[in-house]
Amino acid sequence: MFYREAGQFKTNYAADLAVFPIMQDRIGLAIILFIAAVIIPWFGSSFLIQAVMIPFLIFSLAAIGLNLLTGYTGLLSLGTGAFMGVGAYACYKLTSYFPSVNILIWIVASGFFSAAVGVLFGLPSLRIKGFYLAVATLAAQFFLSWCFIRQPWFYNYNASGAIEVPTRTLFGIPITGATAADTTRYFVVLGFVVVMTWLASNLVHGRIGRMWMAVRDMDLAADLIGIRLLQTKLLAFATSSFYCGVAGALLVFLWYGGAEPAVFDVNLSFFILFMVIIGGLGSLTGSFFGAALIFIMPIALRYFPPKLGIPVHPATVEHIQYMIIGALIVLFLIAEPAGLARLWQVGKQKLRVWPFPY
Amino acid sequence: MKSNATRRSSTPILVWPTDMDILYKVFVDPFVQMGAAPDLLVQTLWEGLVAGVLYSLIALGFVLIFKASGVFNFAQGIMVVFAALTLVGFHEHGVPAFLALALTIAVMFGLAFAVERLILRPLVNQPDIILFMATFGLTYFLIGFGELIFGGETKVMIADQLLLPRGAIDIKMAGGFVSLQKIDIAAAIIASLMVATLAIFFQRTRIGRALRAVADSHRAALSVGISLEQIWVIVWFAAGLVALTTGIMWGARSDVSFALEVIALKALPVLILGGLTSIPGAIVGGLIIGVGEKLGEFYWGPLMGSGIESWFAYVIALIFLLFRPQGLFGERIIERI
Amino acid sequence: MRATGGPEAAVGDVLLSVENVSLSFGGVKAVSDVSFDIRKGEIRAIIGPNGAGKTSMLNVINGFYHPQQGRITFKGETRTRMRPHEAAYGGIARTFQNVALFRGMTALDNIMAGRTLKMRSSFFWQLFRYGPAMREEVEHRHRVEEIIDFLKIQEIRRVPVGRLPYGLQKRVELGRALAMEPELLLLDEPMAGMNLEEKEDMSRFVLDVNDQYGTTIALIEHDMGVVMDLSDRVVVLDHGIKIADGTPDEVKRNQAVIDAYLGVAH
Repeated sequence: MFYREAGQFKTNYAADLAVFPIMQDRIGLAIILFIAAVIIPWFGSSFLIQAVMIPFLIFSLAAIGLNLLTGYTGLLSLGTGAFMGVGAYACYKLTSYFPSVNILIWIVASGFFSAAVGVLFGLPSLRIKGFYLAVATLAAQFFLSWCFIRQPWFYNYNASGAIEVPTRTLFGIPITGATAADTTRYFVVLGFVVVMTWLASNLVHGRIGRMWMAVRDMDLAADLIGIRLLQTKLLAFATSSFYCGVAGALLVFLWYGGAEPAVFDVNLSFFILFMVIIGGLGSLTGSFFGAALIFIMPIALRYFPPKLGIPVHPATVEHIQYMIIGALIVLFLIAEPAGLARLWQVGKQKLRVWPFPY
Repeated sequence: MKSNATRRSSTPILVWPTDMDILYKVFVDPFVQMGAAPDLLVQTLWEGLVAGVLYSLIALGFVLIFKASGVFNFAQGIMVVFAALTLVGFHEHGVPAFLALALTIAVMFGLAFAVERLILRPLVNQPDIILFMATFGLTYFLIGFGELIFGGETKVMIADQLLLPRGAIDIKMAGGFVSLQKIDIAAAIIASLMVATLAIFFQRTRIGRALRAVADSHRAALSVGISLEQIWVIVWFAAGLVALTTGIMWGARSDVSFALEVIALKALPVLILGGLTSIPGAIVGGLIIGVGEKLGEFYWGPLMGSGIESWFAYVIALIFLLFRPQGLFGERIIERI
Repeated sequence: MRATGGPEAAVGDVLLSVENVSLSFGGVKAVSDVSFDIRKGEIRAIIGPNGAGKTSMLNVINGFYHPQQGRITFKGETRTRMRPHEAAYGGIARTFQNVALFRGMTALDNIMAGRTLKMRSSFFWQLFRYGPAMREEVEHRHRVEEIIDFLKIQEIRRVPVGRLPYGLQKRVELGRALAMEPELLLLDEPMAGMNLEEKEDMSRFVLDVNDQYGTTIALIEHDMGVVMDLSDRVVVLDHGIKIADGTPDEVKRNQAVIDAYLGVAH
């Protein structure tokens, strides 16, 4: 009874078109943002921020990127890891060549590099679809992975093949490198994720989102109503890769502090895809849910059993994690293909009539 | 790869020499090298064919399942590893080789049954892409499960105990040697037998016809009384047998480990090349990819930094996709409105 | 014959003409040497027994299929090959036998999707939504709401179309086609699978579209009563060839047409 739309009338179309038309939703969103921006950094432990919140936000961003391509436009991509890698390495090279330019600018710029690569590997989508397109994206994945490992230019000819992140500052405060505090890094990541989620939300609720979904649902009909297929698909590749590229740069610069090329392999692509499937294809909030489940679950698996007195070998944790994720994928595809996001919506529906059952 | 001559070495960094230099290095030099040491060429070709046979076998498993249930079974690769590990696992616990083989076959049947019950049945009539994604889930589940039960270390295949031949035959030719491993010859023979059996099975038997009907349309097959469940169990079991054979042959050559699973991803370009629904396509595609990869890696690889095997097959497949998406032998995809 | 009263007043010059079009798929000849024209402002019916090539004909006009022979002249421009989005930008809209709606979207979004070709705001403004993008969205929403009112589908605006009954889906599809403000509207069996009441509603909509908006309409239809009542002229196809062309009365009395429908061997 406290989650009701009754009495909330809209008197013009602009109000009706709002993303969160229901007042309770807006309040909920404000609360979440408050928790994220104030409560967590103030009260959260270093472990929570460094090992949970920062990577969760970064993976959510990557999941949003993939969701735009696969969930909204229907183009299955297995190259997410590689596009994240392009962003990371682009940022690294840019900041190596121009160390005095603010790193935030380079992070955004690396998104554009990633977008360009995404468009290049998205060109085949004009002629091929579905499973075949997925194979084409695998070509991108393997080729780019190989580049990161075998082309020493990418890692500045470093003997170990890995890259290490230099210290960069913002207004005099270090935000990357060994001296950057985790709360500082958290705020930078939070800023990126909030802004980019807002932009993505704007896109999918307007003309562009409709174009993408039309291509997903029936591309022949979309062609017919005047939607230019190639441009729309390439736009999806570009936007999606931009998001993944920025996520990759954030991953290396604001979380790991360095990277080995093996980080951006096909397994990463699959993990992000699983986040999108479980969270909900075609849902931005779903991307967050999926990232939470897939990322936080292994941490919980490692953390809780010892507290309950059950000894757990770290390698076993990883194996069980794979099994649980695999089983969850199948389960979600069977029971709720629209993922956690749909379950969330159903939950809200029930909340609308609470305390009545229906 | 074993060879009797030394490889030419060159710097692995992508340098930017003059134009003529590049043209020579890419379009002329490799062929000169081929001509200069023909025994090496034949050796490379043979290695390529051998790899190709194994790719074909994996692709065969995919084609079987796809032909008969319309599902693209991404988990085929891990099934190969799983089958091999189960076999070795039984043997390690003291079970004699051929009994272990029989038990593994039973396990593969159990797997087929479980997959049909838990994954295929609930997802009947869903769009293909959903089933495809479900096999991702299956893959990761099997990876975790396999590692949990068998451990992650590399194991040695019980090739001797299964009476598989060892050693090599050396053939003198063109001023050098070409060395053919007996196990590879055995693999080629066994693969051919398997393909022939499957082809006959599909074309001539009643069950084979039913399998083809199911591939065409689940609903239509149901309406003429074909039991989808039985068909699916049969076909996944058959794919499991193919996986087991592949696992044995591959393991005999280069040990059993989870790295095999990623190699199995190579089967995807093979299928693109050959056509998803064609058994001869899987064979031809596998051989072409195998040979192409090895030649590419040996003669052009050093120019670019080596390791191009990881993506070369995919680029070939991509080119095919752009010009002939149905592959060499597949059916033309026509969209009707 | 019906009187038309829309902005284009009486039935006028030829809007689209199909000349000697032949289309085959492999060995099968779907359409053989068919020619006819459609005049501006009229309602033209294309009829014929199953497999006559009617849908193929529409697909050729749309640009989905490219005929092996023949030409299409639309608004004075002749071409041998049309592409679907060229047809859309040129003013041709279409509905399908099997309802080609976007199942992941609501009815409102489907119809708004029809406005895509009229929407100009750039990607940059779409990123920010509030500003030029929103103004454009509201402006087009007005037009879409007019169509929703016209088709009387107000209550189902926010329902995902996959959940709508068949008759309503067809109406939403018509709405999406209307949103494109087409000059030529191609309807492929708009009444298929409907009961009498739904047919009457749909017929009324078709007539209103022609009257109020002056849209030229070509429709494929099996129900003879509908064809006779609605159309100005009829073209009859059988096994890919044109066997009659004229007013409904003329065609009704044509022996070849009667034979085709009754299945006389030829």
